[in-house]
Amino acid sequence: MKVSIYRYNPELDNEPYMKEYDIDTQGKDLMVLDVLALVKEQDPSMGYRRSCREGVCGSDGMNINGKNGLACITPLSEVAPGVLEGRKPLILRPLPGLPVIRDLVVDMTMFYNQYEKVQPFLQNNTPAPAIERLQSPEDRAKLDGLYECILCACCSTSCPSFWWNPEKFLGPAALLQSYRFLADSRDQATEDRLGNLDDPFSLFRCHGIMNCVSVCPKGLNPTRAIGHIRSMLLERAV
Amino acid sequence: MSIRTVTFDAIVVGGGGAGMRASLQMAQSGFKTALISKVFPTRSHTVSAQGGITCAIASADPNDDWRWHMYDTVKGSDYIGDQDAIEYMCSVGPEAVFELEHMGLPFSRFENGRIYQRPFGGQSKGPDDPTQAARTCAAADRTGHALLHTLYQQNLKAGTQFYSEWYGIDLVTTGDGKVAGVIAASIETGEVVFFKAKATVFATGGAGRIYSSTTNALINTGDGIGMALRAGLPVQDIEMWQFHPTGIAGAGTLVTEGCRGEGGYLINKDGERFMERYAPNAKDLAGRDVVARAMMMEILDGRGCGPNGDHVHLKLDHLGEEVLHSRLPGICELSKTFGHADPVKEPIPVVPTCHYMMGGIPTNIHGQAIRLSGGHEGEKEYVDGLFAVGEVACVSVHGANRLGGNSLLDLVVFGRAAGLYIEEALRQGMEQAEPNSDDMDRALSRLRRWEESSDGESVADLRQDLQSTMQNAFGVFRKGDLMADGVKKVAELRERIGKAHLADKSQTFNTARIEALELDNLLEVAQATAVAADSRTESRGAHSRYDFPDRDDENWLCHSIYDPKTQKLGKRDVNFKPKTVDTFQPKVRTY
Ligand SMILES: Cc1cc2nc3c(=O)[nH]c(=O)nc-3n(C[C@H](O)[C@H](O)[C@H](O)COP(=O)(O)OP(=O)(O)OC[C@H]3O[C@@H](n4cnc5c(N)ncnc54)[C@H](O)[C@@H]3O)c2cc1C
Ligand code: SF4
Ligand code: SF4
Ligand code: FES
Repeated sequence: MKVSIYRYNPELDNEPYMKEYDIDTQGKDLMVLDVLALVKEQDPSMGYRRSCREGVCGSDGMNINGKNGLACITPLSEVAPGVLEGRKPLILRPLPGLPVIRDLVVDMTMFYNQYEKVQPFLQNNTPAPAIERLQSPEDRAKLDGLYECILCACCSTSCPSFWWNPEKFLGPAALLQSYRFLADSRDQATEDRLGNLDDPFSLFRCHGIMNCVSVCPKGLNPTRAIGHIRSMLLERAV
Repeated sequence: MSIRTVTFDAIVVGGGGAGMRASLQMAQSGFKTALISKVFPTRSHTVSAQGGITCAIASADPNDDWRWHMYDTVKGSDYIGDQDAIEYMCSVGPEAVFELEHMGLPFSRFENGRIYQRPFGGQSKGPDDPTQAARTCAAADRTGHALLHTLYQQNLKAGTQFYSEWYGIDLVTTGDGKVAGVIAASIETGEVVFFKAKATVFATGGAGRIYSSTTNALINTGDGIGMALRAGLPVQDIEMWQFHPTGIAGAGTLVTEGCRGEGGYLINKDGERFMERYAPNAKDLAGRDVVARAMMMEILDGRGCGPNGDHVHLKLDHLGEEVLHSRLPGICELSKTFGHADPVKEPIPVVPTCHYMMGGIPTNIHGQAIRLSGGHEGEKEYVDGLFAVGEVACVSVHGANRLGGNSLLDLVVFGRAAGLYIEEALRQGMEQAEPNSDDMDRALSRLRRWEESSDGESVADLRQDLQSTMQNAFGVFRKGDLMADGVKKVAELRERIGKAHLADKSQTFNTARIEALELDNLLEVAQATAVAADSRTESRGAHSRYDFPDRDDENWLCHSIYDPKTQKLGKRDVNFKPKTVDTFQPKVRTY
C-alpha cells in the first residue's frame, strides 16, 4: 500500500514535504502504528512518538487522512474506505495547529501550559483523616468520563477556537480537566477555579462546534464538561 | 567532547510511578530535584497498569491484616523475597495508599464510601486460612493511569523540575566507584548534558522488550539495568521474568488479572475450566506462574483453542454487561480493539506473555544500590550516590514470582522510602562525587561509538534477532540445551551490536539514535537474563526448567547475582529476619 507521510527536519529541509512509501502489509488490517513501524524499518530517519501501543499513554496523536486520532488504536480499515485494500493512500500528518519539531512530532508546550493553568490537582485544606477520605459511589461516578483523559491533544488540535487563540482559550482538554476537579466531591477550590475561568477567553471562546467530541479516542465529551462549567459560572453570577 | 553541566541535589531518572513518588517527596522538602524522563511523564508505562494496587487497607474486609498480605507475598515469591523488605512494604503500604487517595486518586468506591478492593491471584487470609481475600484497591481497570496522573499533578503542584523527553545515556562514576550523576541528551535538540547530583535515583522501569511478545510498552528497554551493568554493577534474580497468563493472543496487550478477580475464568477448547485440575482451591486465582504453566500444558497437550490451538479462552460473558462495563470498561475496549472479541458476548483469546521483571538492581529498603557481587555479606556495601526504585530495582519483594497488584505498591512505598532517606541524607550533608575527565570520557564512550559508526547492521534487524532468541530460549518453560544455545547467540549478538550502524546523525528529535542506544540496553538485560537462567539449576517461581523440574532449597534458596565483569552468576542470602513478625519458613507451594 501507499503511505504518504509529512516530513520535516529543520536541519535539512527548508520546508516540509510529503514523502511516499510503499509498504507491504500483506493485506492485514494493521494498526496505523504498526504501519509506521514498517516505514521506520525502511527509513529510520522518519520520526514519531509512541509508547504504550494500546491507546492509554497519549503519545501518538496525529492527523490520519484528515482526522485526528491515535495511531496505535486506529486500524487501517477504519481510516477511510479503500485504505486497507490499498486503493487509497494512508496520509499521516502531525497534529494541526502546534509547531512541528520534526516529521510527525509536534511541540506540545502550549497544550501542556493550558493544562497547568487549570490547577489540575485536588485542593482540600481540611486535615486528612487517618484513612482515606470517603466518597459515595454516586459522587465517584461523577468523575467517570473526565479522569480518563490521556492528554493526547487530539481534541484541542482539532478545535478552531484553540487554533486561533492557543494562548488565551484553554481548549477542550484543559477544560475537561478543570471540570474533573470541579466535579470532585473532595475538592474545595470551586470558587477559585471558577474565578479563574470567568473571562471572555478562557472558556467562553468555545462555540460548541464539537470537533473535540468527535475525535476523542477515549470517547470523552469535553463539550458537555464545558457546558457544565458554563452553567456553574452563570449560576455563580446570579 | 566537552559538555554543559547542570547541578542538582538529587536527580531521578524515570517519570513512572516510582520516579514521581520519589521526586515528589524530595521536591516537597525543598531540595533541588530534577526528574529526567525519556517520555512526557504521563506516557510512562505505569499508565498501562490496570487491575489495581494490593494493600491491606481493611476496606473490603475490616479484619484484614498486613501480615496476611505479607504471608501471601512471601509464598508468592517462592521464598526468595526478602522478608524484611516485604514486611516493610506490607506494613507501610496502607499509609502510602491513603496518601494517594488524599492526593486525589479517583479510586472506585464501596457503598460505604471506602476504597473498592477486588480479589486478585494468590490472596488469602493468612497461613491458616486459604479463603480468597479481596485486597487489590482499584480505580475501575485504569488504576495505573489514575495513579500516574495523580502523581504528575502533585509534582506540578510541588514544583518538581521536569526534563521531559531527555534520555539518560550512562552513569558517570568516579575511579573509586562513586556515582556522580548521569549523562543525558535532550531528545528535542540533541544537546548532551552532564546532570551532576549527590543522589541519582534510577526509576527506569522494566525491560519486557527483550522478548518479541510482551505486555510492555515499546519504551520498556531496560535502560537503567543497562547503565548499571555497563558501570560494572551487579543485577539480582534477573532470570526471574513473569509471564502473565492473560496477554491477548497475537497482540500481546494485557487483560488484567482483575478479570478473573471479578469472576472470569479460563477454558480450553473443550470448554473445560481446566484450572480446577491444577489448583483445586484457588483455581484461576492461583499464582501467576502456576496459571501460566497450566495454560501452556493445555496448549502443549493439544487442548488449545483456535485453528492453531495456540491459545486458551478467558470467559467473562457470564458476569453480565453491567458488571463488565462498570468494573472492566478498559478491558472491553482493549479486547474489542486487539482481540476482535466483545467480552460481553464471547471469550477473549489469551496466552501467557512476558510481563514483568522481578530481578533488577539490588537495593535495601531505602533504595540504596548494593554493590557486592556474590558473597553473603553483600548487604553492607552500598554504591555511594546511587539509588533504584520500582521495577528496575530488586529490593526484593517479588522474589521468583510477583503477586498481582504488588508492583504499584512497590512503586509508591519504595519511591517514598528512597525520597525520605535521601532527604535526610542531604540534610546531614551528603557528598558530591567529583569525576575527572577520564571518568567523563568513559561515560561518553558509548554515545561516541554510535556517532562515529559508518557502516554495519541495522538496529531494527539486530533487535529482532535478539528478541526472537530470548523468546525461543527463555520463555515460560526452559531447557538446558536450548538455553546454552541462547547464551551463545546472545554473546554473538554482543559482537554484532558493537559494530552496528546509526545512519541518521541529525540532532533534532532523532528517534533512530534513541533506538540505537536502547538496543545496547536490551542486549545487557538479555545477556544477564540468559546467563542467570542457564545457571540457576532448579525450578522456582517463574523460572521453570524441564531438566531441573524441582525446587532445590538446598542449593538455590538464595538470590542470584549476575556480575557483568565476569559474566558469571553468584549467590546472595535471602533475608529471613523480619523485624516484628516470625519468619515464614519455606513450604511446598500449593494453591
Ligand atoms: C499492561 C500492564 C498492566 C499492569 N497492571 C498492573 C497492576 O494492575 N498492578 C500492579 O501492581 N502492577 C501492574 N503492572 C506492573 C506495573 O505497571 C509496572 O511494574 C510499573 O508501572 C513500573 O513502574 P516504574 O515506575 O518502575 O517504571 P515505568 O512506569 O515503566 O516508568 C519508567 C520511566 O523511566 C523513564 N526512562 C526509562 N529509561 C530512561 C532513560 N534512558 N532516560 C530517561 N528516562 C528513562 C521512562 O520515560 C519512564 O518515565 C502492569 C504492567 C503492565 C505491562
Ligand atoms: S466544542 Fe468548543 S472546545 Fe470543542 S471543538 Fe468546539 S469550540 Fe473547541
Ligand atoms: S479529552 Fe480526549 S482527545 Fe482530548 S486530550 Fe483527553 S483523551 Fe485526548
Ligand atoms: S502509543 Fe500510547 S496511546 Fe498510542
